[in-house]
Amino acid sequence: MMLRVLRILALAAFLLFALFPLFWLLKVSVTPTDLLYGEGVRLWPSRMTLDHYVSVLRHTQFPLFFRNSLIVSAATAILSTVAASAAGYAFSRFRFRGKAWVAGLLLVSQMFPLVIIVAPIFRLLAPLGLTNSLIGLIVVYTAVNVPFAAFLMQSFFEAIPKDLEEAAMMDGATRFQALRQVILPLTLPGLAATGGFVFSAAWSELLFALMLNSSASVSTFPSGLLGFISKFSVDFGQMMAAAFLALLPVCAFFFLIQRHLVQGLTAGAVKG
Amino acid sequence: MRRGAWEPYFYVAPSVLLIAAIMVAPLITGLSYAFHDIILLDPLSGDFVGFDHFRDMAEDDSFWTALANTAVWTSVSVALQFGLGLALALLLNHPLPGRRLVQALIFLPWAVPGFLSGLTWAWLFNPVIGPLPHWLKAAGLMAEASNILSDPHVALWGPIVANVWWGIPFFAITLLAALQSIPKDIYEAASIDGAGPWRQFCRITLPLLAPTILLTVMLRTVWVANFAELIVVMTKGGPADATQILASYIFSLAFQRLDFGYASAVAAVLLLLLLGYAAAVMALRRAMAERG
Repeated sequence: MMLRVLRILALAAFLLFALFPLFWLLKVSVTPTDLLYGEGVRLWPSRMTLDHYVSVLRHTQFPLFFRNSLIVSAATAILSTVAASAAGYAFSRFRFRGKAWVAGLLLVSQMFPLVIIVAPIFRLLAPLGLTNSLIGLIVVYTAVNVPFAAFLMQSFFEAIPKDLEEAAMMDGATRFQALRQVILPLTLPGLAATGGFVFSAAWSELLFALMLNSSASVSTFPSGLLGFISKFSVDFGQMMAAAFLALLPVCAFFFLIQRHLVQGLTAGAVKG
Repeated sequence: MRRGAWEPYFYVAPSVLLIAAIMVAPLITGLSYAFHDIILLDPLSGDFVGFDHFRDMAEDDSFWTALANTAVWTSVSVALQFGLGLALALLLNHPLPGRRLVQALIFLPWAVPGFLSGLTWAWLFNPVIGPLPHWLKAAGLMAEASNILSDPHVALWGPIVANVWWGIPFFAITLLAALQSIPKDIYEAASIDGAGPWRQFCRITLPLLAPTILLTVMLRTVWVANFAELIVVMTKGGPADATQILASYIFSLAFQRLDFGYASAVAAVLLLLLLGYAAAVMALRRAMAERG
């Protein structure tokens, strides 16, 4: 009994630590500017306002940044998940020559500071007209996210018994048919988790967004927000309203998929 | 060729081609910059300079400070993320009413974009709009309600706290997954044999988690060492290099001084250090597997 109470208290402490910063963001974003400095450290302002949100949505370019981010993140999520499930399937079902090399390639691609490839990528994409373009960002983000997504998808496939597609192949289906009709429906939660994971990674990316796309018409939310902050660094209410809006889609997505992430990783861990 | 032997290559080809073109080829180009004098917008630069950048590095105080800070930043962040993440995973592995909701809420910081978690914590540490300095003062830990991010002695703790807040869910999620895959009957057998919770944790849980722990700690260490966003957003490496790590130093060399040659040389050193670290962990893992 004692132990149970202690456990609940510890969880409550974790919950408080996890949510307090987000709560503070929300609190400042609804505090009228004249109360912000006067009321000091109060957990909730004596008066609430949505003015900051209205001015962010009406008088800034955030709706455009929002749209750009949505396009880039959704396209990246779809492309990465397709490429990564193919690779993850190959890793979970085949032994093939060069497998260790491919695994090594995926590992090395996770090991270096991405800053080092920004200039070469710029020189690669500029002649193709892919800088200052949403397509260029999608291509780069897809490449950056495929390795971890492939690892996740592999662990989802490991959880599905091989007998299932072997039985289908006995009945005369090709492996590709078996994959499409038998295996893929079973990995839907895995596909959703991987897609959601890549979506949030693309939604959060700052470095390439800043370096490859300088024009505002193709800016995504993170670089837009940073630009906004360096221009209006004193308008805390508006900054936090914009930040809170940026959080909504990823948090909603994550809230829905996190259970599948745990399941997917469990499946991988069973196999060791 | 056996029928269907091409099949795995068909499945891995898109990923491999994409990574080779967008990551590995640029990486090789980027590494070659380390041996050239490359300053953006300077038409006279571009010469091959051999190992000059590496010789400069040996005498560059900022580099050595950043190297030392990288060690502190990475080890303290990963240790706290791991310790708290393991504690959280153990807590969540017990039945509890409303556990699903609690779990979803506790893992939420992971969904927050990295730079945004940096901004949020920078605001929390700001005495004008944040509560933390006032609470630290009330607790007697601080003489004046000032911003710890501007005090060189403690500034590194700002980004570390933000990093820990943001990184706990990663460990909690992967370790919780590993915990849930341990069969329950092992624990039942152990308690029949009279083993208490602490003994069960040391004799069953830890050994079975060891492979996951080793792998996640390794991945995370590499990742945290390369993670410059929090520092760039919160302190830009200041005050006076007090929070500069190698990754943020590379960032400022490249994008403030536009010195891509020297930035690439520093990045090459960081990459070598991390590869050495990963190789050591892999060797340890193999040794552990052989011992059983």
